[in-house]
Amino acid sequence: MDTFGLFNYWVVVFLMMTGFYVVIASSNLVKKIVGLNLFQASVFILYISMSSVKGGSAPILEEGVTLYSNPLPHVLILTAIVVSVATTALGLAIVVRIREAYGTVEEDEIHRQDESL
Amino acid sequence: MIAAQLPVLQVTVPLLAAPACLVLRNGRQAWLVTLVASWITFATAVLLLMQVLDQGPLSYAFGDWAAPWGIEYRVEPVNAFVLLIVSGISAVLLPFAKSSVAREIPSQQVSLFYTLYLLCLTGLLGVTITGDAFNLFIFFEISSLSTYALIALGSDRRAFTASYQYLIMGSVGATFILIGIGLLYMMTGTLNLADLAARLPGVAETRTVRSAFAFLTVGIGLKLALFPLHLWLPNAYTYAPSAVAAFLAATATKVAVYVLLRFVFSVFGVGFAFDAMPLSMILLLLAIAAVLSASIVAIFQENLKRMLAYSSVAQVGYMVLGISFASVTGLTASILHLFNHALMKGALFMALGCVMYRLGTVRLAALRGLGFRMPWTMAAFVIGGLSLIGVPLTVGFISKWYLVLGAMQKGWWPVAILVLAGSLLAVIYIWRVVEAAYFSSEEASNLEDVREAPASLLVPTWLLIAANVYFGVDTTLTIGVARRAAELLVGVSQ
Repeated sequence: MDTFGLFNYWVVVFLMMTGFYVVIASSNLVKKIVGLNLFQASVFILYISMSSVKGGSAPILEEGVTLYSNPLPHVLILTAIVVSVATTALGLAIVVRIREAYGTVEEDEIHRQDESL
Repeated sequence: MIAAQLPVLQVTVPLLAAPACLVLRNGRQAWLVTLVASWITFATAVLLLMQVLDQGPLSYAFGDWAAPWGIEYRVEPVNAFVLLIVSGISAVLLPFAKSSVAREIPSQQVSLFYTLYLLCLTGLLGVTITGDAFNLFIFFEISSLSTYALIALGSDRRAFTASYQYLIMGSVGATFILIGIGLLYMMTGTLNLADLAARLPGVAETRTVRSAFAFLTVGIGLKLALFPLHLWLPNAYTYAPSAVAAFLAATATKVAVYVLLRFVFSVFGVGFAFDAMPLSMILLLLAIAAVLSASIVAIFQENLKRMLAYSSVAQVGYMVLGISFASVTGLTASILHLFNHALMKGALFMALGCVMYRLGTVRLAALRGLGFRMPWTMAAFVIGGLSLIGVPLTVGFISKWYLVLGAMQKGWWPVAILVLAGSLLAVIYIWRVVEAAYFSSEEASNLEDVREAPASLLVPTWLLIAANVYFGVDTTLTIGVARRAAELLVGVSQ
């Protein structure tokens, strides 16, 4: 359990917090989606990191190889990536409609327009 | 033969009907397909519940891969009951949806609306029936993604911002759930919920499991709009089309509450969640804050959909309050309230849908004198409101009764008083509507030629109102099932 062995998890936490911060702090709707993507990507890395088995080879059936990495998280995360892509697409589509309706993608400007109604 | 396939039919029927609607491209035909699919789903749910009450839990292994390896659908009293709620509300709502949707959604989008609606229904049913943690996440996202799109179909431009806000918060919540499931998988190597429950006690004393628990609780809390994570809900319900608001208010948060029950009681277990972790106190405080603050905010709303949305946040508070008692009575109250709140909020939002159909607005000021123009609609609203307050002979009374009973058993009498205070606040916000509709001195100017809503809207609304009264008087089914489900949930984990 040396620091380098946990390298992947440090990356995960760094990306996760960066993404989460951007989601909360940015007032630009497109940037928020970028942040969300970063946040989700960190979770993909978390899953893929946990599937590695020390000394294990790629999970392909071959003679003479008995130790494989766990392929299940890879498959799971493939599904989660699809979900994330769908979320991003839908989010950007909504941003396009917001831009058409308000003429801006800045959150505070949108609030100002709604309050003046 | 068919009986063994019921669990899978529950989800696949609406799932396959969704692309059929997309291909049809004709609003009327799409509606018909949706209606038939939804009624089949409801019949399936009724059969499943009967089967479960008769023979005990059912298990369905996908592709005959046995449970810990393959994906399992597992039906127990508690989720059979939630399946019944979701599919039942959908079955009653769809006849209502036809005219309401035709009025509020452009005709070329109607078939798309029903596609999304069916996907949302699929997702909610899938979350409820599945016995696999990752499957649960996927179904959650199927229902959430279609919900975001359904909300964005609202006619006001603020529907877009509401939908966007929900998308961001919902995705963060879903990702939290995903992290939680990942950490659990890391420690146990399994995704099957029953298998997780069996393996978790061995590794419960680790930081990873504790943080998994925290991630899951917060993630599910976002999905069920637990105070203070409820910020997406009022806008989403206010600007969504009326039929969508009615469907979501009656089903979406209920399913999330069920997931919380599932994880807290059958996966982590009472011992871990309530003794090793301070979940009881956290849920108790948040639930009370939800009941009081959301009820007070509801009193000051001018838009009635928004008022009901805040009231929903308060009602979710009652459900979570029951969970925080961690006793059979408290849990019975929560599960009962899942059912009862679906009935009352479904009915109230449908009554507002009738108002929206005739008036095109649900602002309080526009409703002055409406009680005489639309007597049936407003009478429905009043009875639904009484049920929300918890007047005897309505379902609201039954769940409040059990909640107070649960608090008393624990010796938490201040909590019981706060539950009653919440009811009094509900009296105030419902009374404002009654006062405007029946007792205002002059009629609003927009009511000149307003007539009663058509029968296609009124009949489903009154069906739910009748259910509000019926299940408030004859409680054998609801209390029987809720108690059995609660005993099983608490018993499993002891």
